[in-house]
Amino acid sequence: MTSADAHVVIVGAGHAGGTLAALLRQYGHAGAVTLVGEEPIPPYQRPPLSKAWLKGEADAESLALKPLEFYAGNRIDFRPSVRGVSIDRARKVLALSDGSELAYDVLVLATGARPIRLPIPGADLDGIFELRTAADAEALKAALGPGRTMAVVGGGYIGLEAAASARALGADAVVLEREPRILARVAGEVLSNFFCQVHEGHGVRFLTGASVTGFRGEGGKVTGVELADGRVIDCDLALVGVGAVPNQEIAQEAGLAVNRGVVVDLEARTSDPAIFAIGDVTLRPMPIYGRDFRMESVPNALEQAKQVACAITGRPAPAGETPWQWSDQYDIKLQIAGYNFDSDQSLVRGDPASGHFAIFHLKGDQVQAVEAINSPPEFMMGRQLIGSRRPVDKQRLADTSVSMKEVAAA
Amino acid sequence: MAKITYIEHDGTEHVHDGKTGLSVMEVAVKNNVPGIDADCGGACACATCHVYVDPAWLDKTGDKSAMEESMLDFAEGVEPNSRLACQIKITDGLDGIVVRLPESQH
Repeated sequence: MTSADAHVVIVGAGHAGGTLAALLRQYGHAGAVTLVGEEPIPPYQRPPLSKAWLKGEADAESLALKPLEFYAGNRIDFRPSVRGVSIDRARKVLALSDGSELAYDVLVLATGARPIRLPIPGADLDGIFELRTAADAEALKAALGPGRTMAVVGGGYIGLEAAASARALGADAVVLEREPRILARVAGEVLSNFFCQVHEGHGVRFLTGASVTGFRGEGGKVTGVELADGRVIDCDLALVGVGAVPNQEIAQEAGLAVNRGVVVDLEARTSDPAIFAIGDVTLRPMPIYGRDFRMESVPNALEQAKQVACAITGRPAPAGETPWQWSDQYDIKLQIAGYNFDSDQSLVRGDPASGHFAIFHLKGDQVQAVEAINSPPEFMMGRQLIGSRRPVDKQRLADTSVSMKEVAAA
Repeated sequence: MAKITYIEHDGTEHVHDGKTGLSVMEVAVKNNVPGIDADCGGACACATCHVYVDPAWLDKTGDKSAMEESMLDFAEGVEPNSRLACQIKITDGLDGIVVRLPESQH
């Protein structure tokens, strides 16, 4: 526990940083809280950016985690449009991009991740977008519309969600994926095939095994995407969604332990006891899988924000959570629990053709991960089974006439 | 606009005005009411905004969708008046509604 009047400085005002600032006040922290954010607006939810926001179904107010006046009203010094640039750990001082300095007692790095930019010819043409911030989403939304064609480079969740939103807006979408199937990095083959068929049913085109080598343009504006096999895919705009890298440079330069993310423990503490790190930037332990990894998800950001708020205010550490995430595309709700590590079998419960089914990834008779499509019981019970490590009867798990409660009770 | 009373598990009351069109969850989160986590931000994907609606108000909150019903079925401590707060949209008719919060959201 740190002293009750400690000055907590949070670098990064995303979902993790914003949540932590609010939790510190909710948990009764009396000391000063400063929240430094690179973007001009207070913390907001990113998941709707590729979904409801892009389709015009959400506004800035609904996106915001808290209204702007919340911060001043709760003695949170929110500083927008400024970045942390370096840490002097000996003096406990954070240097900011506006030239000023902030002294801290506790520093929390919540710097997030940034989209990978393709180092290929034409990448700086107008009409090429990435999707991480509200400003990115606003620019993309303005470029979309009926009759426009969007090329999506990368068949991951962001690209697929944006493609679904583009179709809803009357635009055409063509997804270019380097791997033999979409979602290759993050989902099993059954789920990839299911989503591919759903999107094709909504008029999205897919080119898999398509390695993008450059962008074509006219008058400084993108007109097409070049593939390694010589084909050129015409487009009016392009969205690049090929993964993200952690914003860990500030930690690395300060000599903190980093390794594909800022290394933290189960309290989200870095190798310096006065510095925590939370959210997408961290490489964290995940005891149920016996390994450390980096997660890009809201639930992870919230869990680590709680860990730090508890550590600072002297509350007992919260119980570990089983990781999960979700995606909405058209009328499909995908809920994923766990990560598919070390599995030796994948078992489908239900019929994919019905639009309600779940894929369980098993290691022996233990559930490692579940991908549930429009199937909350499979998601909720699957998540519990992953956390408890309780063995399951695979025959009963595959039999939809046995309820998930009965499967889990057996 | 509707006045909403949130009562924490320990009895602490929080009263806030909610704009029509927002959800009972959104008003709680934007006002930093403890006890409503709302991890998914209202996508009906997580069941961490579980509340008990005062029985006098239950009928006015409308019907549960199949998705909400199904998510609630696996939440802890579910009662007949359990709802997911993200699925209750505020209307003028809800002015004065009282919801109680469970001990924890997991």
